[in-house]
Amino acid sequence: MITWRGFLKRFLSDPVAIGSAAVLLVLILMAVFAPLIAPQNPYDLLQLDIMNSDLPPAWRNGGDDQFWLGTDTQGRGVFSTILYGTGISLLIGIGAVLVQGILGITLGLWAGYKGGWVDSFLMRLADIQMSLSTLMIAIIALALFQAAFDANIYADYAIFMLILIIGMAEWPKFARTVRSSVLGEKNKEYVDAARVIGLPARKVMWGHILPNAMTPVLVISTIQVAEAIMTEAALSFLGLGMPTDKPSLGSLIRSGFEFIFSGSWWITLYPAIVLVTLVLALNLLGDWLRDVLNPKLRRGDD
Amino acid sequence: MALLDVKNLHVAFPRGKKGDVEALRGVDLTLEKGQRLGVVGESGAGKSMLAFAILNLIADPGRVTQGSVTFDGQNLLELSERQIRRIRGNRISMIFQDPMVTLNPVLTIGKQMIETLKAHRSISTREARRLSVEKLNLVAIPSAASRMDSYPHELSGGLRQRVVIAIALLTDPELIIADEPTTALDVTIQAEIMSLILRLCRENEVALILITHDLGVVAEVTERLMIMYAGKCVETGRTRDIIDAPKHPYAVGLLKALPQNSTKGAKLYQIPGSMPPITNLPVGCPYHPRCERATDKCRAAIPPLAHGVACFHPMHENGPYGDMEAAQ
Repeated sequence: MITWRGFLKRFLSDPVAIGSAAVLLVLILMAVFAPLIAPQNPYDLLQLDIMNSDLPPAWRNGGDDQFWLGTDTQGRGVFSTILYGTGISLLIGIGAVLVQGILGITLGLWAGYKGGWVDSFLMRLADIQMSLSTLMIAIIALALFQAAFDANIYADYAIFMLILIIGMAEWPKFARTVRSSVLGEKNKEYVDAARVIGLPARKVMWGHILPNAMTPVLVISTIQVAEAIMTEAALSFLGLGMPTDKPSLGSLIRSGFEFIFSGSWWITLYPAIVLVTLVLALNLLGDWLRDVLNPKLRRGDD
Repeated sequence: MALLDVKNLHVAFPRGKKGDVEALRGVDLTLEKGQRLGVVGESGAGKSMLAFAILNLIADPGRVTQGSVTFDGQNLLELSERQIRRIRGNRISMIFQDPMVTLNPVLTIGKQMIETLKAHRSISTREARRLSVEKLNLVAIPSAASRMDSYPHELSGGLRQRVVIAIALLTDPELIIADEPTTALDVTIQAEIMSLILRLCRENEVALILITHDLGVVAEVTERLMIMYAGKCVETGRTRDIIDAPKHPYAVGLLKALPQNSTKGAKLYQIPGSMPPITNLPVGCPYHPRCERATDKCRAAIPPLAHGVACFHPMHENGPYGDMEAAQ
């Protein structure tokens, strides 16, 4: 077991960890306080002026001081849309991981603890699901959803659909991770002791085994958030993600991509930089967490 | 009526097409209220299996194939999962061998104790906490109240085993099964823990099944003794009688192997050979390959348990060594 103090010590002695955590924190704060920071609310059509469209960043010729990173073709400030878009991307990433986590932990715990045919059934199901790519499942589901409902309904529910679809498609990763650590834990004596105490299987599983099996779950959670954000960006880029009037980072990249050859590169470049930074920070933090929480890689000092 | 009555208990593990392997091959035992029984035998003799079978907690794919476990008039093997949970940890509790691994490493002592109480009594967390501290005091844990928020890794082995004992006592059980409660502890702590268990059982009139391979401990703590070999009881009776005059050659060997029974300077005695694996038991008496008194009869048939001993050629009542010398 690593103590909180040891954890903090390891954290403070690793510049990569501090750096990526700081970047992540800044991005999260920017997203949370977007309404306060952003000079303009890109969702409010009344604040948009078509005359401001396609302005370059403020320091370039023809730039406007009001729009630091320039504007897109609808007159939305790129900086403002990035702030709001980061929030939407993070929301989808975290939401999807919650769905994955709840599904995956429940099924993985059950499969690992019960064993036998329950285990075989759930794990084969996971295998089948893993053999279909997440992107493919999402494209089919979202295309059907887009075709079945009109654009307004789609725009309202797109965020929930994305969370649900990315969440459902990726549960096997959590389920497998949890199952394998449950298999390692369930033959330990404290589990026998919990059963001897007279606790029902439900309490033994959730109260005694799961807390001991959570470490790898924490690690994959961070990496899965990054992956979910990337999946969403890819879907948005394909026109199946967030609609352009409620843009995520992915839809921002897409909306600017059409104009990149007409010289308006800033519409695409800045959201792309933010997306890459966000995903990179999450991945680096996830890797660091894995190294710290893995007892086999631990140094002797904590 | 006896508190616990185990009759002809068989536990088997399936082994594919080869049929079953029997880990327990017909064990009988009776325990009166407040009585203390020692179960002694080598590793693999089925001692722990017996403990788990009594609680109907044999791990898959093992199962009880025959016999009954009657506790206070109820056959535990026939109860539903819900009914038996009211007995497990409540009227029968268990103390395990290694306190390092029987406490959940990520939950505080208090949480584990309160959870145990709440599983069996409908009481408030506050009341459960009060009772838990009371039991921690009973097992002589210093500054019990503050220990409630400790994690197991913050306590020493001896303290941890005291916590385990406190948890076993929480619900005022009528029977405690202690599975080698001192084996994993330092020698200096062993005596302390053992006398604690003995004192608590005496004071609260709790029956005790003490599983161990330490005959010295058994002699001090228990009233009755059962010696197991390869999933069967080979000798049973009053502890004092067996220690003074063992009848089964295996019991004789065990006693002779105690270091305190050997002559100073002489090589320590050991029973030749080792216990056969339960997957490959010899025909006849399972002890015959190691027995100095074995005859063709022993190689042909399994001796039944009669007058407390399962042997065709039991030792006579003339002390542990008299017969041995006569034989030589």
